[in-house]
Amino acid sequence: MTTSEKSSNPKFLLFLGCAIPYRVSSYEIATRKVLGKLGIELVEMPEYNCCGLPIDPINHEMMLVLAARNLCMAEQRGLNIVALCPGCAGTLRKVNKKLKEDKELRGKINGYFKDTEIEFKGSIEVKHLVQLLAEDVGIDKIKGAVKRRLAGLRVAEHEGCHVTRPAEGVGFDDPEDPQILRELIEATGAKYVEYTDRTACCGAPIVGVNDKITLQLAREKLVHVKEAGAQALITVCPFCHMTFDTNQPRIERMFNETFKIPILHYPQLLGLAMGFPSEELALKELRVDPTAVVSQMLEKREDN
Amino acid sequence: MAGNRSGPSLKPSGKDTSKTLEIPSATNQSTQPPMPLQGVGGHLSERSAGDSMPTVSSPIQAHEFDLHFKYEIAKMHGGEKLKQCFQCGTCTSDCPVARFSDSYRPRQIIRMAQLGLKKRVLSSDTLWLCASCFTCTDRCPQDVEVASVIRILRNAAAEQGLLPSIFKELGSNILETGIAYRIPELRLKKREQIGLPPLPKGNAKAVVGLAKAVGFLKTLGRRGEP
Repeated sequence: MTTSEKSSNPKFLLFLGCAIPYRVSSYEIATRKVLGKLGIELVEMPEYNCCGLPIDPINHEMMLVLAARNLCMAEQRGLNIVALCPGCAGTLRKVNKKLKEDKELRGKINGYFKDTEIEFKGSIEVKHLVQLLAEDVGIDKIKGAVKRRLAGLRVAEHEGCHVTRPAEGVGFDDPEDPQILRELIEATGAKYVEYTDRTACCGAPIVGVNDKITLQLAREKLVHVKEAGAQALITVCPFCHMTFDTNQPRIERMFNETFKIPILHYPQLLGLAMGFPSEELALKELRVDPTAVVSQMLEKREDN
Repeated sequence: MAGNRSGPSLKPSGKDTSKTLEIPSATNQSTQPPMPLQGVGGHLSERSAGDSMPTVSSPIQAHEFDLHFKYEIAKMHGGEKLKQCFQCGTCTSDCPVARFSDSYRPRQIIRMAQLGLKKRVLSSDTLWLCASCFTCTDRCPQDVEVASVIRILRNAAAEQGLLPSIFKELGSNILETGIAYRIPELRLKKREQIGLPPLPKGNAKAVVGLAKAVGFLKTLGRRGEP
């Protein structure tokens, strides 16, 4: 598409973060496909650095300057940020809000930037992918883009804590009973399945400190998802995805159980419903083979 | 305390919230440690094994109370409401990690911070088990930002050199590459093969400059250049 065709489309700086390019490029691939078709223009952000979240536990001020540096660079471009990782989105949103409200802190942070060409002014917004889909594309447009309704497919979701928490800093959806990802899933025609403790954390942030607890948390969620009869679990976070998908065989061995629950990134699910061939959505990169579920969902929609 | 809950029972069970200050750490779990601290390198294990440091469950001596500690925390961003905690236990009962750990109890960490048991809480291994899901913060009836208080305590522990090695690794990666992981060359090539835009080089120089300014090099135990 040429620039002129796209000029009226919403434009966002794409904040890739660390985990997605490191291990979860399937999420990026599917997101680019889907957003392109939905008329969202993504602008690359080659100058970005880590959002700061991974080192917040050891130096909060370092987190603040790392996050602020990203925000400042987006301000220079005059563009809002979309982050695919809820950790990045949540961190950038919280710091953006804090620096907009707290003049003293803003002055301090800008003091660190004084010898550089950047300055925090507070002129942009940050959104997570789910928020962008709901607010800048809209459920109706998504429904309109669905070419093959995934009717008959039963899916559950694990949203990831930082999409909605902490409520005060993030300010999106209801963390106790989030509805927006549910609406996005239902827009594909799939049947949304409730399960016990669906908003509970996957435990990913303590990998490297105590992996066993993470695997126990993830295993419990997989048990609940299976009990609820879901055929797939939908995520919108690279860390949650690694926990449930990459680690699923490890969990199965550790607890001597079989789950075989495919873990799809939401843009993969939406992409299938929008008619993208599965090879364009990087479904092959998933650790838990989704082939059976995908072929079943595509057969079923023909019956509908 | 209940043992490892790895069996089929999924009920959140056996939470003993009556023993406020009994927090087993790696030092007093003589029988089957419930949480091997994988990745917690050197510092924490060595320090907590030393007998100069009080273990979290040993009897509290009067001289251990640092009466100013809670005011120090309350001055920090996120710690303002620490004194409002009345120990209801909502944080612990809603904590996903506490359900699978025999030692991690956010309520106890908050209480130790309030009492000024600075050395105990800062040298406690369990401080590093918070998954930062913010459920406790969102549900606290007293508006205590529990996860942020834990972050403040972790920052203070790290300042004393008490931090799991995973954080040093992530921090070093950020200084050297701008992001938290070192992406293998093969993966970068694969990106281009499948038509993804090349990844940013990162501005390590700018990041190092900021790290010096905020004392992050010191956090990582480095003096001068990274």
